[in-house]
Amino acid sequence: MNRNVETLAPWLFTIAIFVVWELICRLFNVSSIILPAPSEIFQAAIRFWGPLMRNSWVTLWTTLAGFLMAVAFGLLLGLFVGWSRTIYRGLYPVMIGFNSIPKVAVVPILVMWFGIGEIPAILTAFLISFFPIVVNVATGLATIEPELEDVLRALGASKLDVMRKVGIPRAMPYFFGSLKVAITLAFVGAVVSETIAANAGLGHLMTQAGSNFQMPLVFAGLLALAVLGIGMYAITAWIEGRMTGWAFRSQQSAGG
Amino acid sequence: MIELDNVSLAYAGRTGPVLALEGADIKVAKGEFAAVVGPSGCGKSTLMKLVSGLVKPTKGVVKVNGYQVNGPVKLAGMAFQNSNLLPWRTVIENLMLPLEIVEPYRSNFRSKKDEYRAKGEKLLDTVGLTGFGDRFPWELSGGMQQRASLCRSLIHEPALLMLDEPFAALDAFTREELWCVMRDVWERLRFTVVLVTHDLREAAFLADTIHIMSARPGRIIESRTVDFARPRDLDVCYSSPFTDLVHTLRNKIAEVRQA
Repeated sequence: MNRNVETLAPWLFTIAIFVVWELICRLFNVSSIILPAPSEIFQAAIRFWGPLMRNSWVTLWTTLAGFLMAVAFGLLLGLFVGWSRTIYRGLYPVMIGFNSIPKVAVVPILVMWFGIGEIPAILTAFLISFFPIVVNVATGLATIEPELEDVLRALGASKLDVMRKVGIPRAMPYFFGSLKVAITLAFVGAVVSETIAANAGLGHLMTQAGSNFQMPLVFAGLLALAVLGIGMYAITAWIEGRMTGWAFRSQQSAGG
Repeated sequence: MIELDNVSLAYAGRTGPVLALEGADIKVAKGEFAAVVGPSGCGKSTLMKLVSGLVKPTKGVVKVNGYQVNGPVKLAGMAFQNSNLLPWRTVIENLMLPLEIVEPYRSNFRSKKDEYRAKGEKLLDTVGLTGFGDRFPWELSGGMQQRASLCRSLIHEPALLMLDEPFAALDAFTREELWCVMRDVWERLRFTVVLVTHDLREAAFLADTIHIMSARPGRIIESRTVDFARPRDLDVCYSSPFTDLVHTLRNKIAEVRQA
């Protein structure tokens, strides 16, 4: 009984939020230009189902393309940065500096270079999402227990041996953990870029709908974004659990 | 086997060089069980790193097996207070880690994997971990993890075993149990051991010689031989010569802590 309530709880809460929202809109007679009621949003979603799907697809694949680039690049750079303390120290400030640039500011430059379309969106998704991967992988490598490293070095292990046997497996939970953050950021990057300059994608659809005062469609776009975001997060979280279950289990039993 | 001749080690601290070890002289014969005791922070662990070649002395000479130590000695097994087992490997895979690194095992690791596995299982038997090879480290209690860690440090049949407070994190009963495990393994294989500890009873029960270190900068202020007959039984810990020895050691350490 209790378990059932627990598994149903997310759905119940989601439905409750929509119900409260609907009630507020009706009770206070809120104009649909300001805040459309959920019923209007769902109607709009059904009416514009085709365009919504088409644009969701564009946003999805640009996000994933940027994300995959970030994974490949982030993994390589993370291994490089985590390899030695000197590289770690030297590159860290540079990366912090790069990461603190709001990526919105970079979009116009990308548009200048590559024109309006999917490429700026992919690149924005990539630029915004590789950073957490690099930091996590590098941290995983850089925090090998010194005693364990002593054990291996006393056996005559080379730096490469230590990395292969301990560093890389040890960094994997950090890596897969960072994927959840990275996919969400990549999504933000792609949508931001679409909102500024694109011919397709949910960001583009919402700006268009907004300038036509089709607020229910704008909100339907938001809803589609939320669904996509949750889906991608759930998939990366699942991969994380599959690949590095030992990290969770070993923490659980650390006390006993 | 091990020879430290007037060895000093200083490392760069925040406010200038810190002297961790000063003019240490130690000799450990082949097959001897040596213990190093001293107040905390006296450079006991530094001593271990010097012998295994992980750090170089600023003064003096460290010799192992007659050769001056210039880099990692490649023949030492090590175990620490934390078992440091890899959580993504099963116990038996953890045991085989040194074999993946040390020659001659390394070159034929793939072809002889089964043989090495059997070897690991046999070692597990001797420390009372029969049948735990396929478990993961986190499924084991602290004492069992420490047993596995001991096995890992012994699997490549090292001529030299370095132990840095390996039983310090265990409860009193488990600790005594592991003393006996250690005693039995050593009686059987007779490798050279350097045991760093602050447990005087542990040192007195296990070791042939006990070296007492002073507070930082560490110096060896006394070396004494322990001549209780071997193999020793735990009961020896309650005999009066044993208690006297521990008492003397205790006073000696209290003295150097004062100074």
